[in-house]
Amino acid sequence: MLRLQKLTKTYKTGDQALKAIDLEVPKGQVLALIGPSGAGKSTMIRCINRLVEPSSGGVLLDDTDLTRLGAGALRRARREMGMIFQEYALVERLTVMENVLSGRLGYVGFWRSFLRRYPQSDVDEAFRLLDRVGLLHMADKRADELSGGQRQRVGICRALIQNPKLLLVDEPTASLDPKTSRQIMRLITELCRERGLAAIINIHDVALAQMFVPRIVGLRFGEIVFDGLPTALTPEKLTEIYGEEDWEATIEAVEDDEDIEAAE
Amino acid sequence: MPVLEKEGTQVWRRRTRGEALWRWFGWLIGVAVFAVCWQQISASTTWFFVWDAPRIADDIWTRATPPRWEYITQLGRPIWDTLNIATLGTLIALFLAVPVAFLAARNTTPSTLFVRPIALLIIVSTRSINSLIWALLLIAIIGPGVFAGVIAIAIRSIGFCAKLLYEAIEEIDHGQVEAITATGASRWQVMAYGIVPQIMPAFAGVAVFRWDINIRESTVLGLVGAGGIGLQLSSSLNVLAWPQVSLILLVILGAVVISEWVSAKVRGAII
Repeated sequence: MLRLQKLTKTYKTGDQALKAIDLEVPKGQVLALIGPSGAGKSTMIRCINRLVEPSSGGVLLDDTDLTRLGAGALRRARREMGMIFQEYALVERLTVMENVLSGRLGYVGFWRSFLRRYPQSDVDEAFRLLDRVGLLHMADKRADELSGGQRQRVGICRALIQNPKLLLVDEPTASLDPKTSRQIMRLITELCRERGLAAIINIHDVALAQMFVPRIVGLRFGEIVFDGLPTALTPEKLTEIYGEEDWEATIEAVEDDEDIEAAE
Repeated sequence: MPVLEKEGTQVWRRRTRGEALWRWFGWLIGVAVFAVCWQQISASTTWFFVWDAPRIADDIWTRATPPRWEYITQLGRPIWDTLNIATLGTLIALFLAVPVAFLAARNTTPSTLFVRPIALLIIVSTRSINSLIWALLLIAIIGPGVFAGVIAIAIRSIGFCAKLLYEAIEEIDHGQVEAITATGASRWQVMAYGIVPQIMPAFAGVAVFRWDINIRESTVLGLVGAGGIGLQLSSSLNVLAWPQVSLILLVILGAVVISEWVSAKVRGAII
């Protein structure tokens, strides 16, 4: 469904963030993108919806090449891709409801959105989503009154109300505590399963990725150095991705975690 | 190199000996310049006027007190004009400053090469000329009266408001803009959802702050004939009617105190 073809990004400073990335994500597959800071994870997902302009190569969503679209067509294509951010990126001074509805901006005209006159179907969907993530009672609160985990749930609602085919998720748990991190990861993967969404999840936490995601892609210096099942991620592979370190503890911790999860 | 080895222990000083000497030398120069300036100024001062000043001040004080209270009936209209000049001028300025600010801010300007310099030029040129001078110019163009005052205040305030606003725009959190863009929102929607909510507190703050300043500025506009209470002030000064002058100053003081109070309240409510 999503295909990256020789996707390359060179910044003006000369840093090559992505070196001819080839990647295919079938419909409904959730994929975790791991790698050290500066490996190009953020750049890669931003090149997909062109928040960052790729230097060359193609991004094929279904059969349209997103890199060739003009401004209007790009906006319509962006509606198909929901995005979730590390620092939530909610509009802090707007209410939860306004933040969720802002996911529909690509579908409603300027004046309707400016006067907050969204179609009733959008409002219904917003309430359904807020109920699904357990924040129905918060609909009228301002976004800056919420805790980190709650904000990220609002961010998830905003992405899902776009009715996307694909979720681009940038470090969803990096600002959250371990328990909330798991809850958020579980929520994202569950929702993807429910709706048959594909997702690319950038994530620092290898253990968390292995716990929830069926396919892991490792990025190092803008190149894919690993692509496979979580179980195939051996200490040697982690060394290849991140560099020399004692990885046994990380992997063991994951196995323990899985036991705990199962016990719960 | 502020770390020295002394008898085996590492001693840390804020400055090296050389740096410290240079600083003392700098202070010495400063004191010397001050002394020379003092001498120059005192040589070219007519000391008679200075020694005489307390007596004259006392004389004016006795002439000016008590204020001529019954004159207040003639001040209602002018102070109302003054308030209107300030308020209308501020509103017009804000109306014009918003687009200028968006054109001047690095992250929203359509072109850094052409549009931004023009916007910055507008900001600098309107800011650099005092409202009294704008009023003098405008009186020559559109004749004396309140309208000239309103326009003078408006022009003078554009640069100030636009500068503070564009700085607020440049400091917004880019993540929120990115998130709105990623939903497929249009340029204007990104502005309305991603940028405007973030600069609202700054906008409200700038508006009341400038209004507060403009009340003070508009009290003197009458001196050059641009309407408001300054007109009464200048005519009273011209006929040496000191009790009227003192009453006018009291009224101005009252207006400024009230405006300070209002703007403090508004700012408190927003932030």
